[in-house]
Amino acid sequence: MHDIQTVGIIGAGKLGVTVAQLALAAGYTVNIAGSGDPKNIELSVKIITPGATAVTAERAASESDIVVLALPLGKFRSLSPKWFDGKFVIDAMNHWYEVDGPLEDTIPDNHTTSEEVQAFLHNSVVVKALNHMGYHHLRDEAKPKGVANRKAIAIAGDNDEAVRHVSDFVDSIGFDPLLIGGLKNTHALEAGGSAFGANMSYDELHRAISA
Amino acid sequence: MTKNKQKKYEFGINSFGDIALDEQGKRLTDAASIRQVVAESVLADKIGIDVVGLGEHHRADFAISSPEMVLSAIASKTKNIKLSSAVTVLSSDDPVRVFQRFAALDAVSNGRAQIILGRGSFTESYPLFGFDLRDYETLFEEKVNLFSELIKEKPVTWSGTMRPALEKADVYPKTETGHIPTYIGVGGSPQSVVRTAKYGFGMMLAVIGGAPDRFKPYVELYRQASKEFGTTALPVGLHSPGFIADTDEGARDTAWPAYQAFHTKVGRDRGWPRITREQYEYEIDHGSLYIGSVETVTQKIARAMKTLDVNRFDLVYGLGTTKVDDRLRTVELYGKEVVPRVRELLGES
Repeated sequence: MHDIQTVGIIGAGKLGVTVAQLALAAGYTVNIAGSGDPKNIELSVKIITPGATAVTAERAASESDIVVLALPLGKFRSLSPKWFDGKFVIDAMNHWYEVDGPLEDTIPDNHTTSEEVQAFLHNSVVVKALNHMGYHHLRDEAKPKGVANRKAIAIAGDNDEAVRHVSDFVDSIGFDPLLIGGLKNTHALEAGGSAFGANMSYDELHRAISA
Repeated sequence: MTKNKQKKYEFGINSFGDIALDEQGKRLTDAASIRQVVAESVLADKIGIDVVGLGEHHRADFAISSPEMVLSAIASKTKNIKLSSAVTVLSSDDPVRVFQRFAALDAVSNGRAQIILGRGSFTESYPLFGFDLRDYETLFEEKVNLFSELIKEKPVTWSGTMRPALEKADVYPKTETGHIPTYIGVGGSPQSVVRTAKYGFGMMLAVIGGAPDRFKPYVELYRQASKEFGTTALPVGLHSPGFIADTDEGARDTAWPAYQAFHTKVGRDRGWPRITREQYEYEIDHGSLYIGSVETVTQKIARAMKTLDVNRFDLVYGLGTTKVDDRLRTVELYGKEVVPRVRELLGES
């Protein structure tokens, strides 16, 4: 795959909107999907993420170079894996009890949530990123490369090419990428993990995850 | 009271009935903490604060689970202050009962009742009242829909999946003005903003972390969406936590242990990392903690209200387990000094 130009975002809530704003500011073309008819979010897209296009989840997936999952974790199985064939997918979802119910309903066997998402989206490549930092920190802390006190985002994936693309994307929207290994290594990024909620520099985040 | 000419800006205090500490640092009982809120509200009324908003929680940190009961007591001891929930967790309540309780509050207070509906940020009320968290979205959506009908104070015919249907149900008591001002508490989901506009409710932005300016487009969205739906855009308010003392340092030092303790406790349930003093200071300097001296808090509130173009600011005071005297001092400094200065800065004397 060539360079990433079009970013699809599935989920038009707090996180999806924030990622859309950052991607637009970095010059990407952005397609964003809510849970229903794109018409429902047209007005909010126009005002909150001007420049983005409201689309169906299917189009956000199939017509983009990279797809960010920013919907409630409990709903990812409502997506159709075939929309994502051959795509790079960023899993930015977290288990949130209030919305998703008990974790074991969604993720059996103590897998990481991202392993489960990858198993479901079997024809695409899933990379975990953009999940551990609170959405308002994402928005407030994005900084150009080289600026002092830039914060880091942890990235994990099993496919080097996909991880490289996601790293470039994360860097371009304002954060230092910190590679932490494969999807099985992402318990530290999940709720209750040592880096969940982390709004830290590269070195601090590295220490928090190694701890 | 309703005879008051509508002020351009309104200032409120909000409390969840945080368990306060006595002078020796000992926890007050739940009952004493509730009486403390009543006393603070009486003071607030005396010094001209416009609204008191009380939130509903069902956990050991907070004594108030029935805001309207406490508001009703406050009503009998005050004259002008408006009496609001902040918020009523509508998802786990019954819209008909909510309307009835607030209509009664409106009666005993001579028309001072207000309601802020929300989903709340905690979920203890779901198992307590027999609701399934998996219905989180549907419960709120349906009940807001029903409430928007009830608030018209006409017979209601309604059906949904979360509650028995109503057939021309007339609900009492009726209010004297025919209307209880109702807001929806919004935490940052664009669809909540659109829903608020669709039903013609006021919007209260709950901003408890991060820079408030990120909500600017949400205010714009609310106004635009109101236009599209043909509803009237009502005042928009901002609700954020704070603590005021005689000096910046004094305020920061006094509030920190309480803030840290609460953050740690909630964080344990939600998987957050421990908060550091640096993060706390950063949140005060750049985020949404209104902690400091009169001057600092004044400037911060005025800046946020101007940036967001909102008409109302509600200070969530108390911040967890702080001392009774420090809480009273916050209310006093807020009402006597901060609010008049903010009005000045906003060009309303």
